Amino acid sequence: MSAGAIAAAVRSGQRTAVDVLDEHLARISARDEEIHAFNLVTADEARAQAEAVDAAVAAGDDPGPLAGVPLALKDNMCTRGIPTTCSSKILEGWRPPYDATVVNRLRDAGAVVVGKTNLDEFAMGSSTENSAFGPTRNPLDPTRVPGGSSGGSAASVAAGFAPLAIGSDTGGSIRQPAAFCGIVGMKPTYGAVSRYGLIAFASSLDQIGPFATDVADAALMFDVIAGHDPLDSTSIADFAPQATASLDRGVDGLRVGVVRELSGGEGSVEGLSPDVVARTGEAVEALAAAGATISEVSVPSSTLGLSAYYLVAPAEASSNLARYDGVRYGLRVDAPTTGEMNTASRTAGFGAEVKRRIMLGTYALSAGYYDAFYGKALKVRTMMMRDFAAVYEQVDVLITPTAPTTAFPLGERTTDPMAMYVNDVCTIPSNLTGHPAISVPFGTGDDGLPVGVQVLAPALDDGLTFQVGAVLEAAAGGAR
Amino acid sequence: MTDFHAAAATADTPIEPALPEGWELVVGLEVHVELDTATKLFCGCANQFGSEPNTNVCPTCLGLPGSLPVMNGRAVELAMILGRALGCTVNRSVMARKNYFYPDMPKDFQTTQYDQPTNVDGRIVLGDGFVVGIERAHIEEDTGKSTHIGGGGRINDALYSLVDYNRAGVPLVEIVSRPDVRTIEHAKAYVEELREILIATGVSDARMEEGSMRVDANVSVRPFGSGELRTRCEIKNINSVRSLGRAIEFEAQRHIDLWTSGDAPHQETRHWDEEGGRTRSGRSKEDADDYRYFQEPDLVPLEPTDETIAAIDAAMPPLPSVRRTALTDATGADPDTVGLLVARGQDGLALDAIAEGVDPDKVVTRLVNDLAVDDWSRVTAPALAALVRMESAGDLSATQAKQVLGDLAEKGGDPAAHAAERGFEAMDTDELETLVDRLIAEHPDEWSRFTAGDDGDRKKMQGFFTGQIMKATQGQADGKAVAQILGRKASG
Repeated sequence: MSAGAIAAAVRSGQRTAVDVLDEHLARISARDEEIHAFNLVTADEARAQAEAVDAAVAAGDDPGPLAGVPLALKDNMCTRGIPTTCSSKILEGWRPPYDATVVNRLRDAGAVVVGKTNLDEFAMGSSTENSAFGPTRNPLDPTRVPGGSSGGSAASVAAGFAPLAIGSDTGGSIRQPAAFCGIVGMKPTYGAVSRYGLIAFASSLDQIGPFATDVADAALMFDVIAGHDPLDSTSIADFAPQATASLDRGVDGLRVGVVRELSGGEGSVEGLSPDVVARTGEAVEALAAAGATISEVSVPSSTLGLSAYYLVAPAEASSNLARYDGVRYGLRVDAPTTGEMNTASRTAGFGAEVKRRIMLGTYALSAGYYDAFYGKALKVRTMMMRDFAAVYEQVDVLITPTAPTTAFPLGERTTDPMAMYVNDVCTIPSNLTGHPAISVPFGTGDDGLPVGVQVLAPALDDGLTFQVGAVLEAAAGGAR
Repeated sequence: MTDFHAAAATADTPIEPALPEGWELVVGLEVHVELDTATKLFCGCANQFGSEPNTNVCPTCLGLPGSLPVMNGRAVELAMILGRALGCTVNRSVMARKNYFYPDMPKDFQTTQYDQPTNVDGRIVLGDGFVVGIERAHIEEDTGKSTHIGGGGRINDALYSLVDYNRAGVPLVEIVSRPDVRTIEHAKAYVEELREILIATGVSDARMEEGSMRVDANVSVRPFGSGELRTRCEIKNINSVRSLGRAIEFEAQRHIDLWTSGDAPHQETRHWDEEGGRTRSGRSKEDADDYRYFQEPDLVPLEPTDETIAAIDAAMPPLPSVRRTALTDATGADPDTVGLLVARGQDGLALDAIAEGVDPDKVVTRLVNDLAVDDWSRVTAPALAALVRMESAGDLSATQAKQVLGDLAEKGGDPAAHAAERGFEAMDTDELETLVDRLIAEHPDEWSRFTAGDDGDRKKMQGFFTGQIMKATQGQADGKAVAQILGRKASG
């Protein structure tokens, strides 16, 4: 049952929120031991919320557009009084004294938070294997990864634990796991959704966005979470979400560009699997059949995205993660001096990938290296913004694969960071430019696992991604 | 650009070396001031000194995971007001992160400004016309405050440390001067002038004793007139203007001793030890920090419009230098007196009283001598003018005028009423003559010394008779009138 259908049933009194919750909690009990989508299932709090929704309906009030819809929350969003870990030992025992803005918005819309989902530690990874609490498995094939870093959220939707989930996307962390798990995932325009209460990885790249089984549900949630928040200075002042309203507009006359460098064309990045390239081509044909004008376009700087990203993101992370020093909260490993205590706590509290990125970022910002590394990455970023702006003079949206391959086996890439990083090659440009993008399932690869196709749009045109996504979804076999 | 300063001295003020013959002092000053806002720089917590520890805190100023800063618009405005008051260009500016680990800094980075500060290229004109260049005045957040318990009271040898985060996130402006100061007097005058500007503009209460104004001095010396810039040391922990002078003097002498013994100071941060009267080495050179500055991604650039700057300029109150000029023009008083009245903020009162047509000298004398109190807000210009008028007319003696002014400061109101209440009535001249005649008759020896003695005797005896008359009249007699009568009688 889709989120939209559940909310309609609960609002009209046909179903109770508690009944809906029990059904989903039962699924979690039955299968999450295997999948490990959740770090924490908040059954008691969820029941209280569901009861409140039912009481509102009984009292004749409207609990909101997501009335009684179970929702899984990535465990890097603050929830008041409920442990929030970022899947890291360094945050052991910490309970935030406040709720993230998205959490408040979702609750106000009637959604019922069923738990906090697993992620790569501090959202650093593409497989959810970098969690201090163990990996999440792909519900479609438990020998495979669900993608990452929002693997727990993607898996919870794919496994039917919750029809909706919230993720964060810094370099593809919503879209890539959505592709791997055969669901819809969307990264909004930077500043469309408040980051207040999202534990920062790379502040200039992080965006919160929806996971859902279909485009309409993703749109429904997007319209709830997007909009200005005075607590986030980078929040867009007058953003009016129009995702649901965009769903039925079709693509007739729409100009669609295929990015040569990100779709296996001439001068393309390497490592794109032929089946993924083939599905992307079929998706483009489907859009043409629906009336879109297709052209191949070139964004030369898009191939530099990966390199720029792995300087910008670690640089910001090295600063954002400095506060985990053992002084105020979380893990503290005692030592004779303050400095030694800081070092001991961070050594014990952070995993290998987090340490690797802190070191990368510290190096990139250091005196004598700033210009060659961080400074240069900023220039690439500016260049990409200019290149994409030029392309959007010619076309309305762009199509690329979401990820180079389908879901890979657990353990396959954990010893080779570069092989892992390459996963994000198609998704990273949107983070560097701040543009919106959606991943929609489109057929399967040779291994029978889902392939995701990505739709990119200019800043503020989030509605377009849903509009085109809905057409792709219909062409791929209709909404579930 | 609007210039809020009085005309800067055009002639080069001669530089007097305060150091041993042949050496010249070079000082740059870095002054941190807390902005007088209701709330902190990035959150809604109260910006308040003296609260219970860790009561003015929230997720943002504690740097909790997931929290974000929101810029305090009033803090930005105050920073820009200060910038314009210092004659700075106010630019588009961005916040930056200065990364280093310290327990009283909740995020382990300080949000400050780096290569794009709000205010650049200003100056302060000191009372004697000497100009100190201002390199920049940038916005940043304050840190928490650590108290190290046990051991030597320092972070590395304490048994434990307590941190109060009430101060974390309090808005600061750091004003960085150019290394223009050559004398200790000018260093002190710079800080005092800056303090007056801060108070006059309402930017900060600038209380050194509460830490809302903190002065660090970069000190170096060089052979007089050489023009070079030698190794400097940054002196921190200076708690008063007086200490600033002592610290610079000590440090300069230390440098001279090193240079003359064939050694050299090395660049470092040193702490002023008030009790020991010396500077002490802080952290060693090996710890030299790489702050890895980069633009703060959680905040957007500050982009003042021309209209904003114009509005700030239009609303700028008169600055101390301008006020000193105005008071000097109106009174002709000496620079120290004028400086004192402006520092006390009594220049407006003086000018308003003078505008009512009373004797400027008397106004200045009354204020300087008799209104050195913290709260003089009840004294109005018309009341002061009336008081001075009564004194000039001989209705009140100087002593009585002082007492009535005290009453005005304490209770406000009208001087005539206070004078009447105290029973101060002008003695008429006849009454005074009679009294003088009686005293002359009672003290013939003294009188002859007054009329026939030398200048010393005459002066002494005038004092004697005046004292007797004041005693007899309980201070109600007008000293000038007494002198006049005595003189007339001696010559007649």
